[in-house]
Amino acid sequence: MSSAMSLTGIGLVIVATIGIGLFGLRISRTTSDFYVASRAVTPRWNASAISGEYLSAASFLGVAGLVLVNGADMLWFSVGYTVGYLMLLVLVAAPLRRSGAYTLPDFAETRFQSAMVRRICSGLVVGIGTLYLLPQLRGAGLTFQTVTGAPPDVGAAVVAVIVVINVAAGGMRSITFVQAFQYWLKLTALATPIFVILIAWRSGDHQIGVLHSLQGAAAEWAEPLSTAGGRDHPLYSTYSLLLALCFGTMGLPHVLVRFYTNPDGRAARRTTVVVLALLGMFYLFPPVYAILGRSFAPDLVTGAADTVVLELPSRIFPGTTGDLLGALVAAGAFAAFLSTSSGLTVAIAGVIDQDLLRTRLTRLTGGDYLAVNSFRIAALLAMTVPYVAFRLTGALSLADTVGLAFAVAASTFCPMLVLGIWWRRMSTTGAAAGLIVGGVAASAAALINVIGAPTAGWPRALVVQPAAWTMPLAFLTVIVVSKLTPQSIPAGAARSLVRLHTPEAVNVDRNPTPLP
Amino acid sequence: MSGYGRGVFARRRKHFGTPADKATYATLHTASLASPYLREGLTPAAAGKASRHLRDLLGTAAIAICDSSGVLAWDGVGGAYESNHRRDARSLAGPTLRTGRTAVLGVHDVACGDPQCPIRTASVAPIVIEERVVAVLVAYSERSSAALVRATEEVARWVSGQVELAELNKERTRAMEAELRALRAQISPHFIYNALAAIASFVRTDPERARELLLEFADFSRYALRRGGEFTTLADELRNVERYLVLEQARFGERLTVSLQIAPEVLPVVVPFLVVQPLVENAVRHGLEGTTGIGRITIRARDQINEAEISVEDDGAGSDPEVIRAVLAGESSSDSIGLGNVDARLRQVYGDAYGLVVETQVDAGTKVTFRIPKYSSGVHASP
Repeated sequence: MSSAMSLTGIGLVIVATIGIGLFGLRISRTTSDFYVASRAVTPRWNASAISGEYLSAASFLGVAGLVLVNGADMLWFSVGYTVGYLMLLVLVAAPLRRSGAYTLPDFAETRFQSAMVRRICSGLVVGIGTLYLLPQLRGAGLTFQTVTGAPPDVGAAVVAVIVVINVAAGGMRSITFVQAFQYWLKLTALATPIFVILIAWRSGDHQIGVLHSLQGAAAEWAEPLSTAGGRDHPLYSTYSLLLALCFGTMGLPHVLVRFYTNPDGRAARRTTVVVLALLGMFYLFPPVYAILGRSFAPDLVTGAADTVVLELPSRIFPGTTGDLLGALVAAGAFAAFLSTSSGLTVAIAGVIDQDLLRTRLTRLTGGDYLAVNSFRIAALLAMTVPYVAFRLTGALSLADTVGLAFAVAASTFCPMLVLGIWWRRMSTTGAAAGLIVGGVAASAAALINVIGAPTAGWPRALVVQPAAWTMPLAFLTVIVVSKLTPQSIPAGAARSLVRLHTPEAVNVDRNPTPLP
Repeated sequence: MSGYGRGVFARRRKHFGTPADKATYATLHTASLASPYLREGLTPAAAGKASRHLRDLLGTAAIAICDSSGVLAWDGVGGAYESNHRRDARSLAGPTLRTGRTAVLGVHDVACGDPQCPIRTASVAPIVIEERVVAVLVAYSERSSAALVRATEEVARWVSGQVELAELNKERTRAMEAELRALRAQISPHFIYNALAAIASFVRTDPERARELLLEFADFSRYALRRGGEFTTLADELRNVERYLVLEQARFGERLTVSLQIAPEVLPVVVPFLVVQPLVENAVRHGLEGTTGIGRITIRARDQINEAEISVEDDGAGSDPEVIRAVLAGESSSDSIGLGNVDARLRQVYGDAYGLVVETQVDAGTKVTFRIPKYSSGVHASP
């Protein structure tokens, strides 16, 4: 792979990203030719933006790597990452938008009227965000290593610095056009090499042998629920993974803030439907890379599997074609962790700024500070912690770490959102207990993974894929504690639910205070 | 930060903590525990929660707070003693409620038959608000002393002060609400007159345009004069600003250029009703009136993560910063329509960190900026 060409591709991504950001800000028109109504973000744009922010290094590089090593079961990653939005659509999207909440802690406050639940949520947002940033940095390190040969630490540091500068200076922000561009860039970068390979195959220039070689190890690899790649208890692991992915998406901090951009609950639903289509399209491609990788880059199965997407084009087409395609893929991968990391950093920094930093700064300086500076400090903090964690932790695979972030989200925010939206008798104490129990259980599993998981058997399965026991545990805790503490059901619960479930056009009293 | 504060406090106490100092600290601390409840006003719930701390202050066997309807709160010995004494607390309080004079009641007035009962005497002090006795504080003890009577009086006076603050707070909220109503009614009569005159001028020459303008005017007034709902979305508010500007442009023609830079991400943000329009009206006035040249107005709404930042800028005559400072402080009502009012409403809803920021200088134009948090508890748009 030509590093000069790849670096050029990466450079172009950065320039284009910042360029669109600046251009988007400058657009201004006069009243004669434009109306505000026509400028609201349409579900299509918003869906592209959500997908752009959502598709991370784990999707771009990690899924292909996992399928390459562990075989057919890993296809569930592709499915799960997408199906999460179906759950979001059915259970959460519209009511959450109608709640008026911008972040998850906002929702907790408006539904449970409790500063304590809000603080727990803020802590969890920072925790989940950090856990999700970790694999992004690792992906960045890998890409840099593959492209330039520099050690992974360097690549991660470069991305961390770019993201912090970008976010702090206001370049990336949550500008819809930028994130929407990122989606189409990633899709193009991932799809083009596949189509080129297909065309080459049709014209008979290259023999793709994978379809003839499903014997021995390859047969086990292609078999569902096999123990290929050394995974024990494949049935449990698969279900657990699916639970985490299906119910974790709704608890991802950087995804939910985007829903605020929808004008109403109906638009939120329509956006989610488009997201499902866009993600479905994207996730067709990583498994194709894995299958081709089995044939053209078998050495990666036991090596750096996560680099299969980056390596494949130059393995199939040595020479300029391979270099060009390689540069395209590298640029796409860079876009993947740049956009997700920026989205996450903005979301985490927003929470740190709002719930932790600002009151302190006000007291420290007597109110004599700029709100922007508070956010900048928060952005720096939001990236420093995962970077330090990245330096300290060992080599977990990309998709596994992301899976853990999903598991924590599914065991904490999912019960709070689903029961909070659909169950009137959920009490504040129940919410707090569920968040704490689910959070502690899932984070403990994640922590054991990071330090060093048990090597085999049930202990390993339970720790690597904790969602199947931590999520029901959290739901159960919320339900039992809520039943035991009916006195702490928030006073305006019924009114809150009316607000969450009534379409905006219907004229009902939505005041937060209960009627006398 | 509060933890740090407490740490310093504790260390100092070790250095110079005479018994008298310690007693003062303890008293002040107990008083501070009671004050948040009293600030809610003298309701039974609030009085009940505060009475525990008030009894701590006085150190008596029991206290009661009574108003003319009966006992609002009781704290201290319970059981049969409580029900006995609670029953005749209202009659003990009667004279003080009527006269406002402190009373000391002896054994034959207070004591019940039970010799074990710690309640034998009572001091009754009035709680006075605006020279009206609204309630009394009754402190029950085994024997009365001049010191206890004095203490009861002082505590009752302190309670009066706190409750008065509660009244003041309510008053302020009412004033704010009245001000909001006033602002709605205040859609400037000049504007209505000028808009209708401008429309009239098109009736013959361009009837189609006149019709469109009249419809804009109808929509504008329906929005501006609507009832109910303190909040709306920024999209609705800006749509109304557009209607307003279309009408103004009918009047000023080429002289008024408007440019809008609106980040679509902030359109769903919930804002106080009529928060942008008065600023734009102000900008049109300052930017155009008194000159014959072209006035440029720029309206921006930017996405700032947790907040939306909205600014209205004109390149007109500008004003003296001191004048604007006086308007924002509510000391002058000059011709800056609604500036002070918008500022006050923003501060009331979102806190003092969210007022208007005005950048201006004579002959240098004016830029008014404010921020709105994307989420603020209890703030919802109404359709």
